[in-house]
This record gives sequence, C-alpha cells and structure tokens, in this order.
Amino acid sequence: MEILVASAIGVLTTGGVYLILRLRAFPVILGLSLLSYAVNVFLFSTGRLAINAPPILQKYGDATYTDPLPQALVLTAIVISFGMTAVLVMFSLGAYLEAGNDTIDMKDAETEDDAV
Amino acid sequence: MTSESSFLPIIALLPFLGALIPGVMIRAGRTATATFTAVPTVLALVMLGVLAPGVLNGTVYTFSIPWLPQLGLEAAFFLDGLGLMFACMILGVGLLITLYARYYLSGEDPVGQFYTYLLLFQGAMLGIVISDNILLLLIFWELTSLSSFLLIGYWKHLPEGRQGARMALTVTGAGGLAMIGGMLILGNIAGSYNLTDILAAGDLIKASDWYTPAVILILLGAFTKSAQFPFHFWLPHAMAAPTPVSAYLHSATMVKAGVFLMARMWPALSGTELWFYLVATTGLVTMVIAAVIALFKDDLKGLLAFSTVSHLGLLTMLLGFGTEAAAIAAVFHILNHLTFKAALFMTAGIIDHEAHTRDIKRLGGLAKLMPITAVIGIVAALSMAGIPLFNGFLSKELMLEEASHTNWWENPWIVPVLATVGALFSVAYSLRFIFHVFGGPVRDDYPSKPHDPPMGMWLSPAFLCIFVVLIGVAPFLAEPVVNMAASAVTGHTTHAHLKIWHGLTPALYMSIIAVAGGAVLLLLHRPLDAAWIKAGPFYAKSAFDAVISGCVSLSRVISDNLHNGAISRYLAIFTAATVTAGYMAYLGGGIAPQTREMLPIAPVFAVGWVLLVCATGVVVFQHHMRYRALVVLGVIGLMVSAGFVFLSAPDLALTQISVETVTIMLLLLALHFLPKTTPVEKDTPRRLLDGAVALAAGVGVASLAYAFMTRDLDSISFYHLANSYKEGGGTNVVNVILVDFRGYDTYGEIIVLGIAGLVIFALMEALLSGPAGARLRNSGYNFDRSHDRHPLMMVVSTRVMMPIALMVGVYIFLRGHNQPGGGFVAGLVFSIALLMQYMASGFAWTMRRQQFEYHAMIGWGVVIAGLTGAGAWLSGTPFLTSAFGYVHIPPIEEFELATAALFDLGVFLCVLGAVMLMLYSLSRMARHAGETVNLEPLDYDPSRPAKMVEKGKA
Repeated sequence: MEILVASAIGVLTTGGVYLILRLRAFPVILGLSLLSYAVNVFLFSTGRLAINAPPILQKYGDATYTDPLPQALVLTAIVISFGMTAVLVMFSLGAYLEAGNDTIDMKDAETEDDAV
Repeated sequence: MTSESSFLPIIALLPFLGALIPGVMIRAGRTATATFTAVPTVLALVMLGVLAPGVLNGTVYTFSIPWLPQLGLEAAFFLDGLGLMFACMILGVGLLITLYARYYLSGEDPVGQFYTYLLLFQGAMLGIVISDNILLLLIFWELTSLSSFLLIGYWKHLPEGRQGARMALTVTGAGGLAMIGGMLILGNIAGSYNLTDILAAGDLIKASDWYTPAVILILLGAFTKSAQFPFHFWLPHAMAAPTPVSAYLHSATMVKAGVFLMARMWPALSGTELWFYLVATTGLVTMVIAAVIALFKDDLKGLLAFSTVSHLGLLTMLLGFGTEAAAIAAVFHILNHLTFKAALFMTAGIIDHEAHTRDIKRLGGLAKLMPITAVIGIVAALSMAGIPLFNGFLSKELMLEEASHTNWWENPWIVPVLATVGALFSVAYSLRFIFHVFGGPVRDDYPSKPHDPPMGMWLSPAFLCIFVVLIGVAPFLAEPVVNMAASAVTGHTTHAHLKIWHGLTPALYMSIIAVAGGAVLLLLHRPLDAAWIKAGPFYAKSAFDAVISGCVSLSRVISDNLHNGAISRYLAIFTAATVTAGYMAYLGGGIAPQTREMLPIAPVFAVGWVLLVCATGVVVFQHHMRYRALVVLGVIGLMVSAGFVFLSAPDLALTQISVETVTIMLLLLALHFLPKTTPVEKDTPRRLLDGAVALAAGVGVASLAYAFMTRDLDSISFYHLANSYKEGGGTNVVNVILVDFRGYDTYGEIIVLGIAGLVIFALMEALLSGPAGARLRNSGYNFDRSHDRHPLMMVVSTRVMMPIALMVGVYIFLRGHNQPGGGFVAGLVFSIALLMQYMASGFAWTMRRQQFEYHAMIGWGVVIAGLTGAGAWLSGTPFLTSAFGYVHIPPIEEFELATAALFDLGVFLCVLGAVMLMLYSLSRMARHAGETVNLEPLDYDPSRPAKMVEKGKA
C-alpha cells in the first residue's frame, strides 16, 4: 500500500510541477491543484497508513486508531487550498481581462519599464 | 535592589512616553509644545537628582527585569558615576536645547514633529548610558542612529538635509552592525551579557583569542559614531540639520556615544598594545587632520563640525593611552567640551538666524551689532582655544601633559609634537571664529541686518558660558564630578586635583607654542587659504558617493538578472534548489532503517491508483484542451477522496469531495471567460528541462513519503486520542482537535478563508470598474449558448433536492463532534445546495429568494467563533477551551451540548460565506458580460404561454 500512496504522491507532484512551469495561467492553476492534492496526501501520509482504524473513539470494546493529528491539519489545508485556488483564478481572470492574454511571464520590455 | 533603583526604568521610559505628546500637539503652538517637551526631561532630571547623592558616595544602582534569562536577555539598568554624568549632560543640554529651539524654529516648521524626534533621541541616548545589559544597549544604540536620522533630515525640503541624514544613518548604522558582532563575542567570552559582569572579567577578555576581533568590531561601532578618521565625513554633512539638532547631537550626545562606549568598556578592553595603537593613533590622526580642515572652513557650522571631530579625536586618544591620568583628563574634557561646544553651536545658530548667513567671509564686525551674542561666542571660543581662566585650558593642559610622556613605537617625540600641532590649529580656528566673525569693522552687506536675538535664544548658551568661566576660574568645583565619573571608568577610586597652575611643566611650554603658533597662523590665513583652495582638498563625500553608487549598481545587476519577470523561471529555480537541498540533506544525514512492514496491496486500492495515475497523465498531456483537463481533474479528486475513505480518514474524504465539487464549479465559471485552449509551446528543449525538474521533484517527494511511511515516529497524537473524550467531550478526534485542541489554528484558518473571499470580491469590483469591465461588456461571450439553459427537469429536481441537501448539511454539522462531519463539511454541503439552485434556476431568480449578505456571514462566523473562544476566559481557562455537558429532555434521548458546537457554527458560517462570496463574484462577472437575466425559473415553462426573455437587464 505504502508504495502505491508514495508513487501516487510522486506522480501528482511531477504533473503539478510540470504544469506550474508552463507559460499560461490556466495550466498553472491546474498544476497547483495537482500539487495541492500531492501535498495534502503527503501530509496525511505522515500519520502512517492504517485500514479500518478511523480516529472515531469507540465506547465499547478496544479498537485501534490511526493518527488523528495529520488529518486535522489536512482538513483545514484542503479548505485553505480551495481559497488559494479561488484567489489565483481571480488574479488570472483579472490579468487576462486587463492584458488580453494569459501568459504569466513578463516580456523583456515590461521588465525594463519596471526598472526605470 | 533598592527602591530608588526602580527610578531607572522610569527614567529610561520617560522620554519615549513624553515623545507621544508633542507629536499630537501640532496645532498648539511652539511655546506649549516646548513646555510639554520639557516636562519629561525635568521629571527625569529630578529622579536623577534623588539618586545623585548616592552615586557620588560610590553606590551603584541596579535594576533588572528578566525576560529571556536563558539567552541573557533582560531589561537591566544601572547607574554609576559615568552614567550619571552622561545622563545629566543629556537631559540638561536637552532642556537647554528645548528652550533654544522654541525660538530658533519658525512657526512654519512642524514643531511638534521636531520635539517628538528630539525626545525619541534623548530617550535612546539615556538608554545607552544607563543600560546594564549590552544587548539592551545595542538596541538603544541603533535607536540613536534611527532617531538622529529623523532629526538630521528634519528639514525634508533640503536635499543636503536628506543626503546628510542618509549618510549619517549609513555610516553609523554600519558601525552599529559591526558592534553587534563585537558585543556578542564579548558576551560569549565573559559568559554574560551584563556590563557589570563583563567589566569585572577584563583579564579573561584580554587573554582570550577572540579579544582582537571583539575589539576591532566594537571600535568600528564607536569610531563611526564618534566620527573618527576615516569615518569622520558624515558629521560635517549632518550640519544640514537645524542648529538645535547640531548643538545637541554634536556637542553632548550622539557623537559622545562612541566616546562613552570606549570609556564604559575601558576596564574590560584597554591597556593592551592593540588598544593603544588602534585607539590612540586613530584619535591622534583625527585630532590633527580635523583641526587643519576646520581652519579652512568658511561655514561657521562646518568649522565647528570639524572642530568637534578634532576634539573627539582628542578624547579618543586620551582613552587610548590607557592610563588612569589620561582617563581623568578624558572625563574632564568631555564635560568641558560639552559646555563650550554647545554654546558655540547655539551662537552660530543665532548668527545664522539673525544675519541669514553662516559664511565667515561674509561676516565680521558683529561684536558691535550683537554684543550679547559676541560675549557668549568669544568666551566659548576662548575656552575652545584653551586660553587660561576658561575650562578648555585645564583639560587641554592635562591632555598635553599626558601626551608629553607617551612613546609611540618607542619614539618619544611623535605624540607630543602632533598633539601640539593639533592644539595649535585648534587655537588658530578658535581665534578665527572670534576675529573673523565678531572682530573687524561693521559691514553693510549682510544679507540681513543682525542684532541680538530675544532672551529665550541666548539664555541657553549664556547659561553654559557660566560653567565655562566658573570651572575655568575655580576648577576644584568640578573635582567631585570628575572623580565620580573617572572612578567609574577606571574601576577604582581616583583622586584628581584640578588646578590652573601646575608649574613650569612641558605641557605649559607646548601650550605657549600652540597659542603663539595659532595666532601666527591666523595672521597668515589669507595666503594659506588661497593655497588650500588651489590644492583642491579631497572630499570624502565623493568617495562615499562612489562607494554607495557602486553598491547600488551591483545590487541592481544582481536583482535584474535574478528577477527578470519570468515567474516560470523563478519557480523552476526554486524547485530545483529545493530538490537539491533535500538531496544534500539525504547525502549528509543518511536514513534510519525501515521499521514498519508494508501493508498488503488491496485490489480495489490498486484500481483507484491506476485511475489516478491515468487521470494525472491526461491532465498533464492534454492540458491544452482546457475543459477536458478540468473534467479529468475531477477524477483525481474523487480518487483522492476514495483513498481517504479507504485509509481511515472519513472526515478528509467528506471535505475533499465537497471541496472538489466547489472547485470544479469555480474553475468552470472562470473558464467561461478564459480562452478554451492553451497554445502548444514550441520550445521542446525547455519542455524537456521542465519535465526533468518535475520528475526530480516527483521522485524526491515520493521517496520522502515512502521513507516516512515505512518508519515509526513518536508523536503527540496519543495525547489527543486519550483526552479527546475526557477534555473535549467528543469522540471524533479530528473534529475535537479542530475545534478544541488546535482551535486557535482553525480560528486563524477561517479568517484566512474569509479574507480570501473578500479579496476575490474586492478584485472583482475593481476589475469591473476598470478597463477589464469595458472589455467584458464589449465581448461576445454569449454566442454559443444553449437555448434551454434552465431546463425543466433540472429545476424541478434541484428544488426537490434542496431541503434534503440542507438537511444533510444540518445533520453533518450536528454529528460532527462525535462522528465524521463538522462545520467545514457542513458549510461546503450548504454551499453546494445553494449553488445547485443558482445553476438550475439562474442567478437573479435565486438571489431574489435569499436574503443573506455573504460579507456579513463571514463576519458573523469570525465573531461567533472568536466570542466562543473568549468565553473560555470567563471560566478562567485559556482561549478556546471548550466546555460541554449532557442534557436529557424527555422524550429525546440524552444529548450533548458543547461550546465547541458554537465554535463550529462560526466555522460553518465563515466557510459558507466565503465560498458563496467567491462564486457570487464570478457570476457577477458573467452578468456584467451581458448574460441574460431570467426572471422566471424556467426558460420554457409549460404552464405559461411562451414569451421572449428579457435581455440585458441586471
């Protein structure tokens, strides 16, 4: 199981990094979503994997529980990464509507203007 | 620690507290502002007066408030003889300057600001002289640099003022940085950051290998502050400040801070060869060079500035000699220099104020026009020249006496001769100040006809002149003070006897040579001056400017090349650097052996894995087709949620799946306005490189995750599992962590989410009112539309589902504390239920049927969560500790009431508000783009006759 989770994290990271290195805003947003999945699963996996051991306390009888702390961290991380994606989407929309294209790098001319 | 000692922190704080008052009194006028500035100064002086008798008897008052004792950080103050003398000088002259500035500044200057800066500076200086902890001292040291920057640049409209302020800050700030290093080394050697301990550990420090770097670094700080050669150049440029500032900073305080520090550290550092050659030589060179330059300065304040540099050199040299007699001479001269130099600066200010020029070549004959000023100026200048019966003579004699028997590199002549030369030039420029300004015939070409100023302006320098003469005639009056301070410097009781006549000593002959030579030099001033101008002296400012512009262009080259505006490049560099750092850490540290067995692979999980990997592949390779990539992205989200379910994380699965839904809707809405395809990038090598970087990152993260999962780790989780029910009253440990154990984090996170929602709303508003809004209105986004955008089946089914969906939301919210669920998920479920209505029945129709303000919802969420947390204070427990109890109302089963549920309500409201505000903002853009507004829920309602849809109405 561990090898599957680890490789899934790796695949998601690879795809995410490749996409955030693209030159348009939309692939970057997709890439960030992939990276968010990867990071969330990675954080979750630091609690080690367990099957049929949810951290819901059982009143009767003994039960094993998986590590609840990474889950709590990841839960908020999922919601926050949604917020971040939304802000980014708004930025890229604004940039596209203002500039007429959705490339993310500045042209040489723009940076020179900036330096003056 | 005695009760009087508790005055010390109050004395240090008073000026800072007082600084708040003049700043807000901007309209109260100069007199009121000056009065309120004087109040804290007088109070502090009174407290010092209470402590003074004790200090004179040799008591050292200490007071300390520990802060981080492990790091040696504490607010520790102490007052000994040296500190008392300096504190009185700082406050006393501060008071005189406050009075003087009241008349010097014009009504148009922002006087409140001036006095605020002045008090800030005064507080910083006071802090330096009464700190016991050297780290505290460093803070005050930097504060003097900052506040003096404000004072020097007070006349913001003058470019010289701004440049001078920058230069002073750069030089003294850089020195301060060096000193931090030196002080830390010193503290390490002594094993304590307390001055009293460090001073007692002098032998240990001098024997240490780190003595040399510590001395050099500390001296860099002291030399830059006290304007020693070659760092002297900032002081003359700081003369662009208003004269009260110059008089205060450059006679009594700022520049004396360096001298003070050398005196303070004297027992710990002095007495070695290194100290002698560094300090005494620098002082000697500074004294001579600055005295020579001063003679050729035509600007009155410039002359005084270089004379100050010269006298600071004299003090430095005396401290460098390392003998007790020299230390006594230094302390005495600190006192004398303060009196005559402050008076001279104020005189120069009066002349500038009345004659509207400070150029000596345009002045002369002022003795007849402004007799009071002339008397003050002449008395002070004679003291500066070192003429008998004025106090400057006494300390100069002591200095020459010390110089006369000092060998430099086994040569007995160098020091006495150079000291005499310095004194000679000192006489020459002092006499020039007298004869070229006050002497000579009255002229008729002054820019403004000068006359004596109002009494308030000459009172301060006149007061100082009383001391000049008093000490000059009856030097024994100063003995107690000098002995008190010198004892503190040297570390044992001194018995100095100050007198005018020492007999026919070498010092007397040197003095006579200096006075006679100085007079001759003045007579020859005209030809010498012409030669000086012809020689074109070297200006340190040009060198300084060259260095600064070199630094600026170097940093510009670096930043321009690093930051070329290509975000993708930054990201690539960042990723590569992170991967490399991780790899290096792995190489360096190795890895612990594997301690966990792998779980067997479940077939259903393997299927999910295959789906996830394929979906990722499609997203990456087909990302040009944006809709397709988006739909497939949903598959990945689903697989991740399913994985969470499988791996015992039901809460995560619920959150992930609802967030997934909202995210995809959001992206679909956004894609509505963006191009539907991404052009294929032509640059294949670049794509391969990016691919390599991405692969390295992926492999790195995967191996890290694998390594993590196959090794055990003790964490604090068992605590949460054990106490969740006992202390948090819930069996869903994840939820209890969120709302109780780590409630503070959650509170911060919902605020962040709320802010994100508001940011999106604000961005959208700004966009729509700008050119983007115009572009939107003129765009043709609405062409390829379905004619039946609100189909009957969808409207009916979503309306049936709405109450059920809300019910599910409530259920998930209520059970959250004990079963998977909670505020986060409930908020998302509610938003999805509402969103379905928007999608099915249209925006306008839905908006008219619900009355919530999303902004208010976010606000209420944060307020409710915050108040719930604060409620814990009422029961005396920390913020966000939850309380709970069990209630039984027949016929319902026993149920639990917990404040955590209230906190969760806050979370719920905030999440709902933020998510809805984000989507609302995006759909507002659609309406702006000319989206048709449907007033009816259905486009084609079978129960009504068909009619045209109203267009373009918002």
